[in-house]
Amino acid sequence: MPGLEDLYREIILDHYRTPRNRGELAPPAAHAVGHNPLCGDEIEVYLDVADGMVNDIKVGGQGCSISQSSASMMTQAVKGKSLEEVRALVHRFRSMMSIEELDESAAEVKLGDLEALQGVVKFPVRIKCAVLAWNTLTEALTQTAP
Amino acid sequence: MVRFMETSYAPINRSAYRLAAEATDAFEGARSTVQRFINAPKAHEVIFTKNASEALNLVAHSWGRANLAHGDVVVLTHMEHHANIVPWHMLAAELGIELRWVPLTTDGQLDLTDLPALLDGAKAFSFTAMSNVLGTITPVRQLCRAAHDAGAVAIIDACQYVPHNITDVQAWDADFIAFSSHKLCGPSGIGVLWGREALLDAMPPFLGGGNMIADVRLDGFTTAELPAKFEAGTPPIIEAIGMGAAVDFLQCLGMHNVRQHEIDISAYALKSLTERFGDDITIHGPTNVEVRGATFSFAFRGIHPHDLSQVLDQRNVCVRAGHHCAKPLMRILGAPATARASFYLYNDEHEVDVLADALDSATDIFGF
Ligand SMILES: Cc1ncc(COP(=O)(O)O)c(C=O)c1O
Repeated sequence: MPGLEDLYREIILDHYRTPRNRGELAPPAAHAVGHNPLCGDEIEVYLDVADGMVNDIKVGGQGCSISQSSASMMTQAVKGKSLEEVRALVHRFRSMMSIEELDESAAEVKLGDLEALQGVVKFPVRIKCAVLAWNTLTEALTQTAP
Repeated sequence: MVRFMETSYAPINRSAYRLAAEATDAFEGARSTVQRFINAPKAHEVIFTKNASEALNLVAHSWGRANLAHGDVVVLTHMEHHANIVPWHMLAAELGIELRWVPLTTDGQLDLTDLPALLDGAKAFSFTAMSNVLGTITPVRQLCRAAHDAGAVAIIDACQYVPHNITDVQAWDADFIAFSSHKLCGPSGIGVLWGREALLDAMPPFLGGGNMIADVRLDGFTTAELPAKFEAGTPPIIEAIGMGAAVDFLQCLGMHNVRQHEIDISAYALKSLTERFGDDITIHGPTNVEVRGATFSFAFRGIHPHDLSQVLDQRNVCVRAGHHCAKPLMRILGAPATARASFYLYNDEHEVDVLADALDSATDIFGF
């Protein structure tokens, strides 16, 4: 059985204790809500996109340490990035969670702190916690102009 | 189950050969076992379904469509499992029936103050005999009487109750009860709807197909007698035999012994967990062990239930984390999720202590 230290890395607990970029953005910011129907976790993503760049992002909702820290790290990783970079990051993250085959061209994308979530793969039931924020982000992206 | 599969596995009710007759006897024997277990007047009132959910859907769709019309009232409670909510929502969308809800007291029992008003004019009262979240045992006999006084049928979700207590549908004066085999030490894939013969006889069939017909012509069909009328298709034969064996096992132990064991372990758990953790633990549901089973939903030191169950799993303690298929109730509790420890006949007091130690270990990781 994999050890809990693989899952609950210090940086994850840090983002869980002090989540970054929490809050809301007023319309016309894009807004999406994601649910994990199995455990009741809920994440809201607010996305302010202009000229193909993510100017600002905020998240709300509640959930376990994995879903919350993943959301918090995600906001830091996508803020100030171009939509293209954000989509590549989403893909890179999903492939780290082994739910998408890694596309060669995305192999270069840097995950930074998000690498700490690598251990989640050893706990398959928790993968859906880690990707909840990312799925919600993807949903919010569909609302922004192409 | 294994013996049956090795020696008598054959289709039931349709073939002349000896093996098929043996299978039919075993299958009907399981039905009689269940009949005695819940003290049903007649074996053919026991309908085998896929699970409790299907049993409740059967009532909502078959009895409901035949007996309810726009504006009719069905009363439910705030502590129902989705299986006893969603079929009624579906019927509400289809027929325009009105749903009313019995609220809860602060200690997680039904608040019966306004029950007569809620039941006034109602056609059905469908409620759980025991909450799968709070452990609360509801006063079923009293609720059936209140339903009947109002002219409503009493439908009981007994899925959580039956494995843990003596069930007597006649003493309850129930009209329908639903439960699942997998909750009473039996196999998955089978459940039971028991209903009063007169009600079942008057209901249209639910699913159509083989086994449920008396005759089929090009211009229509007639239905078989009970129980076949509600058992379309090849039934869960192996599962029925497994369920019968599980019921035999429980009856050997004696359901009063099972219940007493749970009262004892509940009392110990409530006392030891609150003494050890004080305000750090919130146990939902009644504190009086006479009106609760050994199912404990709890919140602990602000640690998310999902994280809690992960840490406990590391110590081989299995607790369910989530909304337990009772989202309306979770909203009322103000908790999107809880951790739930369920003690049953195979647990003892020592395992309450193991749980408590494991909870402490969670604090080592999340203690902030
Ligand atoms: C109170 C209650 N009702 C209904 C059900 C549904 O049972 P099943 O999933 O077997 O249909 C359950 C099972 O979790 C339950 O606890």
